[in-house]
Amino acid sequence: MTKIGLEIHCQLTKLESKLFCSCKADYRSLDINTNICPVCIGLPGSLPLLNKKAVEKAAMISIALGCKTPPKIAFFRKNYFYPDLPKNFQITQYNAYGPTSIGSDGKVLIEDKEIRVRRIQLEEDPGRLVYEGTSEKTLLTLIDYNRAGTPLVEIVTEPDFETPKQVRLFLNVLADLVENLGVSDPSLEGALRVDGNISIDKGNRVEIKNVGSFKDIEKALHFEITRQQSLAERGIPIPAETRHWDEARKITVSARSKEEEQDYRYFLEADIPWVLIDSSVIDKLKKNMPESIYSKKERYIKKYGIPLQVAEVLSSDKFYSDLFEQAHNEKNAKEIANIITTDLKGFADTKEQREQLKLTPKHLADLADAIMNNIITRNSGKLALQEIVKSGKPLSEIISSLDLGHVDDKSSLSKIIDDVFSEEEKAVSEAKLNPDTINYLVGKVMRKTKGKADPALTLDIIKKKLDSK
Amino acid sequence: MGISTEFSYFGPSRNPWNTDYVPGGSSGGSAVSVSALECIASLGSDTGGSVRNPASFCSVVGLKPTYGLVSRYGLISYANSIEQVGPMARTVEDTAFILNIISGIDQHDNTTIDKGKVDYTKELDVGVEGKRIGIISEMIGEGVDKQVAAATSKAISKLQTLGAECNEVSLDSVKFSVATYYTIAATEAGSNLARYDNIRYGFDFDVEGYEFNAYISKARKNFGPEVTRRMILGSFVPSAGYVGKYFLKALKVRSKIKSEIEQAFKKFDLLIAPTSPVLPFKIGEKVDDPLSLYLLDINTIVANLSGIPAISIPYEMTNGLPIGIQFFANSMQEKTLLQAAYALEKTTNLPGVPI
Repeated sequence: MTKIGLEIHCQLTKLESKLFCSCKADYRSLDINTNICPVCIGLPGSLPLLNKKAVEKAAMISIALGCKTPPKIAFFRKNYFYPDLPKNFQITQYNAYGPTSIGSDGKVLIEDKEIRVRRIQLEEDPGRLVYEGTSEKTLLTLIDYNRAGTPLVEIVTEPDFETPKQVRLFLNVLADLVENLGVSDPSLEGALRVDGNISIDKGNRVEIKNVGSFKDIEKALHFEITRQQSLAERGIPIPAETRHWDEARKITVSARSKEEEQDYRYFLEADIPWVLIDSSVIDKLKKNMPESIYSKKERYIKKYGIPLQVAEVLSSDKFYSDLFEQAHNEKNAKEIANIITTDLKGFADTKEQREQLKLTPKHLADLADAIMNNIITRNSGKLALQEIVKSGKPLSEIISSLDLGHVDDKSSLSKIIDDVFSEEEKAVSEAKLNPDTINYLVGKVMRKTKGKADPALTLDIIKKKLDSK
Repeated sequence: MGISTEFSYFGPSRNPWNTDYVPGGSSGGSAVSVSALECIASLGSDTGGSVRNPASFCSVVGLKPTYGLVSRYGLISYANSIEQVGPMARTVEDTAFILNIISGIDQHDNTTIDKGKVDYTKELDVGVEGKRIGIISEMIGEGVDKQVAAATSKAISKLQTLGAECNEVSLDSVKFSVATYYTIAATEAGSNLARYDNIRYGFDFDVEGYEFNAYISKARKNFGPEVTRRMILGSFVPSAGYVGKYFLKALKVRSKIKSEIEQAFKKFDLLIAPTSPVLPFKIGEKVDDPLSLYLLDINTIVANLSGIPAISIPYEMTNGLPIGIQFFANSMQEKTLLQAAYALEKTTNLPGVPI
């Protein structure tokens, strides 16, 4: 039996400032060592000043993952020497002397499998080491402290995962969740990082660290299962150890044995007084928290009759669901959901695309209304959308400039069909015997009308014409 | 660090009353500067008595405020859960004046407390009539010099003639306070001083060829013997396998001390004891016996472990060496503390410093 547990680090990227000072939480793209102050580089005499907003955001994650929040929380020091750690201790939370971290004992359902969340803690991110070449072969290591003190939420699960696939599903849910809560942007590099621990049968626990991307954790876990199984089959004991993921070679490599595990000498950080988390604070947070992905999905299905799969895609992506919420009314909701989840695909998948997107919620509403009122066909709608995302022009302008108006008068459609029949004599004769060929003819008509022809009407006329031949 | 200033990087300070003697410590230099008339007032940091002890040895007033009353922003952290910045001055009135300036909320220190509209220099002369003063039994008995004990008795009689009601009170946990203090202080010091790794402040030797851990080891040798001793102790007592035996036990004693103090202040307005159990000693006399130096903190540490304010005022001279008397008050009761100190100060008639 395979047992997998996760340690996920999620940066609270939506905060203005760091966890203990007023430097920017968004350290990316800043010149090296410019986003620093006496507090975050631990100069003598400086003291940490707790960012209360960070506590609130961490509490939101905790609530969303079904965790218990204690009546008061405390911070602890985790002591160890490392050059990226300015004070040579990290301010974090610790539950060994009772639950004082922002959350504990939560659970998440992943395809009917319950994943227990052991604890959630708020802590500071260290700085970043910059190597000349690789970390193993470098002769020069430089330190960039811009990231030091960035608010980080650590989420620790119980070893409840049985397959790497469950891990991937969980991580997807988690990424959607933190984005939906408005606490973190998981698409930013390093915003969501994950370490895993894995054991097979009764083997020792192996930790996997240094997994750069979200996708690689699944690969790393697969590799570890195979590696551990092949050791077990040959009767070789699996040592308890930490292994690093080698991204280039797609394998895990032994890092250091567990025996050398550091003694962190945790103790209470007296510079930060205990923070009372009143039940009224929790109630207020709950009230002001954005609607959960699950509740959105249920609402889309029940209120608008949106199919389950469409509702799932729509609710789990904050960008899509925000668009939907702003665009829809009760009548066009289903059509808008359709457009977003099928037609918008390919135009708004990446962050860059989303940033450059000219589409407004009004465009979506207009488009859905035009399709529902038979002003344009669904096919033409697709063409119009392509133009909208690029130019942002109003729909009416695009319909006339691209000549997308619906071809629904019988006589002109009949003429076009006659043209097709004369061009496709072979197909016409086949169509009498094989109904599949009719679709081919419909397609030809569509191409000729650039998708403007009403498909039902076209089919109707073709059938009649064939019958009369 | 330490009570004698002999472990200072810049060498020992000398006691203005007799320059062969230590000035007390660790803020010995601050006390000397006030005592030797070099300035009107100075600041020290009191973690286990480091303001009150040198104040006593140098015959000046030294106050350790309630934890959180004075900002620690800018103070190099040593044992941050117990240390406070406190004023030293030649009179109680001057001390109150400085406290007015340095106390209250500081947005750079989350542990600071709102003091309200208090003015410590007002109503200093209300006297001690009807005040209930507890004499801490554990601080006047065994281990206390005869002269110090005699001076303390005299002070207590004076207070009684002024109308105070003085009775002995036992604080049982005092006997564990030194061990508790050194366990907690060393643990915090080990962590607070960890940042001095010479990675961010430039290098003081050629780093070529050093691996990270080897570099750190060499850089950390810049610390003197007393600091090194406390950091080693501070790495040991909270370490896995020993944390339960030492550090967690110390935390338990600390909360026991707190509750004993709380109980005592239900019966008393103030507590009294000599600041130091001994007279100033000669430079070099105890430098090779760190443990005996640690034990001299016994009368001051309780205030730090429980967070309450305490003040030392000059009371007597014996063979040219000063003796200080110490008052304790409940948390945030600095005003009561200063009033009592002022009343006792008025009964003294001390010589000028011989320089």
